[in-house]
Amino acid sequence: MIPAAFDYTVAESADHAIQLLGEYGDEAKLLAGGHSLIPMMKYRLATPTQLIDVGRLDDLSYIRRENGHIAIGAMTKHAQLETSDVLAADCPMLQHVAALVGDPSVRHRGTLGGTLAHSDPASDLPAAVLALGGTIVAQGPNGTREIASSEFFTGYFESVLAEDEMIVEVKVPAGSAGWNYQKFNRRAQDWAIVGVAVADGGSGISLVNMGSTPIRATAAEEALAGGASIADAAALAAQDTDPPEDLNADGEYRAHLARVLTQRALEAANG
Amino acid sequence: MTATIGSRMLRKEDPKLLTGEGKYIDDIHAPGELWMGMVRSTMGHATITSIDTSEAMEMPGVHAVYTGEQLQEMGLWIAPLPCAWPVTEDMVNPPHFPVAVGEAKHVGEIVAVVLADSRYGAADAAEKVIVDYDSLPAVGSIEAAVAGDVMAHSDLESNKAFHWPLIPDPEGTEKAFAEAAHTVEARFVQQRLIPAPMEPRGCMAIPSPAGGDITFYSATQVPHILKVMIAATTGIAESKIRVIAPAVGGGFGGKLNVDADAILSVTLANHLGVPVRWTESRTEAAGSSHQGRGQIQYISAAADADGKITSVKVHLDADMGAYMMLITPGVPLLGSFLYTGVYDIPNLSFTCDGYFTNMTPTDAYRGAGRPEASYAIERIMDMMAHEIGITPEEIRARNYIAGGEAFENYDAASTLVFDSGHYRPAHDRALEMAKVADLRAEQARRRDAGEAKQLGIGMCTYVEICGLAPSRALGGLNYGAGGWEHATVRMLPTGKVEVVSGSTPHGQGHETAWSQIIADKMGVDPNDVEVLHSDTAKSPLGLDTYGSRSLAVGGVAIAMAADKVIEKAKLIAAHQFEAAPEDVEFEAGSFSVAGTPSKSVHIQELGFAAFAAHDLPDGMEPNLQEQVSFDPPNFAFPFGTHVAVVEIDTGTGGVELIDYVAVDDCGTQVNPLIVEGQVHGGIVQGAAQALFEVANYDEDANITNPSFMDYLVPSAAEMPSIQLDSTVTPSTSNPLGVKGVGEAGTIGSAAAVINAICDGLSPYGVTDMEMPATPQRVWQAINNSNGGAA
Ligand SMILES: Cc1cc2nc3c(=O)[nH]c(=O)nc-3n(C[C@H](O)[C@H](O)[C@H](O)COP(=O)(O)OP(=O)(O)OC[C@H]3O[C@@H](n4cnc5c(N)ncnc54)[C@H](O)[C@@H]3O)c2cc1C
Repeated sequence: MIPAAFDYTVAESADHAIQLLGEYGDEAKLLAGGHSLIPMMKYRLATPTQLIDVGRLDDLSYIRRENGHIAIGAMTKHAQLETSDVLAADCPMLQHVAALVGDPSVRHRGTLGGTLAHSDPASDLPAAVLALGGTIVAQGPNGTREIASSEFFTGYFESVLAEDEMIVEVKVPAGSAGWNYQKFNRRAQDWAIVGVAVADGGSGISLVNMGSTPIRATAAEEALAGGASIADAAALAAQDTDPPEDLNADGEYRAHLARVLTQRALEAANG
Repeated sequence: MTATIGSRMLRKEDPKLLTGEGKYIDDIHAPGELWMGMVRSTMGHATITSIDTSEAMEMPGVHAVYTGEQLQEMGLWIAPLPCAWPVTEDMVNPPHFPVAVGEAKHVGEIVAVVLADSRYGAADAAEKVIVDYDSLPAVGSIEAAVAGDVMAHSDLESNKAFHWPLIPDPEGTEKAFAEAAHTVEARFVQQRLIPAPMEPRGCMAIPSPAGGDITFYSATQVPHILKVMIAATTGIAESKIRVIAPAVGGGFGGKLNVDADAILSVTLANHLGVPVRWTESRTEAAGSSHQGRGQIQYISAAADADGKITSVKVHLDADMGAYMMLITPGVPLLGSFLYTGVYDIPNLSFTCDGYFTNMTPTDAYRGAGRPEASYAIERIMDMMAHEIGITPEEIRARNYIAGGEAFENYDAASTLVFDSGHYRPAHDRALEMAKVADLRAEQARRRDAGEAKQLGIGMCTYVEICGLAPSRALGGLNYGAGGWEHATVRMLPTGKVEVVSGSTPHGQGHETAWSQIIADKMGVDPNDVEVLHSDTAKSPLGLDTYGSRSLAVGGVAIAMAADKVIEKAKLIAAHQFEAAPEDVEFEAGSFSVAGTPSKSVHIQELGFAAFAAHDLPDGMEPNLQEQVSFDPPNFAFPFGTHVAVVEIDTGTGGVELIDYVAVDDCGTQVNPLIVEGQVHGGIVQGAAQALFEVANYDEDANITNPSFMDYLVPSAAEMPSIQLDSTVTPSTSNPLGVKGVGEAGTIGSAAAVINAICDGLSPYGVTDMEMPATPQRVWQAINNSNGGAA
């Protein structure tokens, strides 16, 4: 519970943070809400010697409507998503999912950019962004690029982000048609044992904690698009997944949960 | 109105604790203090082939690094860490030194100690100590210990530490089984639990600059026991050791030990002449603090054709962990007397085998042996009801001691005598509060409709042994101490009352309860009462807090000492009134002569008279101060009925506790608010065992979930709003009629919750559910169902 020694710099801007990332290389880590990074440092699973604090960059904290989509600053906290009128009207799923992350203190610290960059397959918001077909805007030394959420996650705690890149914004399509999120866990503040996000009546179905990244339940999506019943589509939810095994669940049980929760989510989204 | 016995007085200790003014061990610092950083075994069982401390020594702020071998050579102690309860003459008790020498026997055992001038520096340096291990086969479960293919201690020929029987009437037991109309048997697993108090453990030893005295601060439940044991282990004279327990943030038994860190900080501080301290980190605690439970129970019950239970037979295989700690071997035996529960069962046969494993040592954890016993008998009662085809309510009603009527001095098959009981009223009240009849109708409706969420209703009628303990009874069990408690009451010159308590709070609210007892007895404002405790310099005599003993032993001692002060004050009052003591009456704090109420003197005014001693009766010693060491003539046996209601999601296997009713009887209540707080916490702790918590070890004896991310302590969000009521059946074991309530909730709730789950799943042919009832286990049980709907 005692982290190794590190230095700490407050970034003055996204540009400054990226410049520092360039200078320090793999010694450095961006610090946003700190609610994933600091626990890892306390267990000495992460031992960065330089922390670059981007959590105070207020100009990266916003939620606004832009033509056809909603733009969210990377440093927007889960609690801000939870209480956003813009999301309530135009992307209620993201608002709902944010309210299910951890406990109030986690939600008042953790950020949307941080949780996406962390790329934990057990996290809620990455799967929601994936089901919604969102886009991640990353800034590096040579400017910004947009990355489709379906291209973003590459493995356990891994994404396509380069070492000197920072997430600055997340875009999700506006829309409140047929959505639902099922989170199954044992204690209110815990990560999902399995979670299922359904967007747009079922054209986007994504799974939490069913592989090394948040994943789309492609077989179920396709079956549904092809006219299958909800029950038949849900039965395909775990197809081609390789769920992790831990104290809460073995693979077979996770696959079962994925099917049950997908069915429930689809029924609720279309009910 | 002044608060008295029975008032819901707000706790005196809370303003300080709630505003952050409480000083816990980690808030206390001494100039020049050094921090210990423990290098702990990462192996369940291994030979330590070499320890390289050179890099650690070079780290900034590091003063010293010691290996077990070096410490042993320094001769800092005269005995291994103590076990005060050698349960049998031939119990195997391998020496357990503060730091391992040669062989590490559990993950978390200390193999070297760093001393540095900061906590962070100590942690950094501890990481640089390089330990080479040759791994040895490890015993990672009770089953493996019993099988005996692998030895937990390489130099032992068996993992078995002792065999302990309690079979008062062997023939009676066998006959009952031979003649039984019904028998049931079961195997239950009491998984290991981590005590997890809010404040982790910690300590600091401060040597005095001259004279060789040591002040030892410790987050402990047992400063008095610690003082004696530190003296016995280190050879430092008791008179030179002062133990202080500052504000202590919970313990649940986890702070009832003499741990390696205590002996290391005392001896290193003494050796180096500087303060030495340590604070446990949360993950470290899985290996540095003892764990609870850890038993496999084999139980069978016999009943006649009317469903009257005639005998219970129990065998335990109990997991000691790698070593015997303070009362490790005694814990499972504390339950032995309770396997007949609240029932009039004439025969009991109990045996326990204690086994060594390569896991963290076990020891007392809230209820210590009694929740395990209550669980087994209450589960087997439901199984017997099922076997006979009657309801859980009915089988209990048919078997209550005295038919559920009030009784005193019941001779139990275990040979103990139950002080008092009256079981039926709590049973009836709990079923009524839970609206069990309505719940059964709703349960039937959901079953018929084949709904995904099914209801389960479970009950538990428990009894426990509190007020530990009559010293002779402890002697009979070969326990290494008595069970009395000491109290002093002083009326000070200013009229304030000073109470010195031998029992030591770590969250229970002793200051409040003791003030109420004094207020009630002496007719003073409870705010005029100051309670001194938790410091062996202020309270030299005491046996501390565990086993729901504080009120039933320590509180009674306070009341008795108050009575003696009143008696003496009465003589002074009579002297002042020039009346015979027999004619002096005492009422609401005032003495007066019978028939002339106009002339009166308040007891608080007599404090000064006794202090000044200008005009005391001839031959009377000055001062109003009395002491009592109360050794209870018997234990106290609180009881109650708990009802748990669960909703089971048959799709996911998720179980939600949706209602919980507890009707407890702890005898006379001094402060019902404190009673309710104890019951709430206890219920959640037992429900946590049923649903959430397990210290999980793999077969190499590695703990796989040492952090709060994986060791699931439930929060308020997982618990229903608990409904409480109580009945009052005074104890006959003490003059206050009090019984103890610190562990009651825990003792009733695990069985109630599992009974509820088994009830809910009965259409699926499920008859048992291992704890914790994880969603996966519940889903598998449904999946394996032979009957069921889904
Ligand atoms: C007790 C607890 C319970 C939790 N429960 C849940 C839960 O139920 N569901 C859930 O989804 N999550 C949960 N979390 C995680 C929480 O949501 C985290 O806040 C989140 O995952 C990470 O966000 P952060 O802002 O705290 O990131 P940080 O911890 O600051 O950073 C995480 C990682 O992302 C990097 N990073 C941060 N910001 C950026 C950026 N803009 N660009 C590039 N890299 C960046 C950091 O360098 C680091 O590697 C829980 C956390 C805790 C402590």
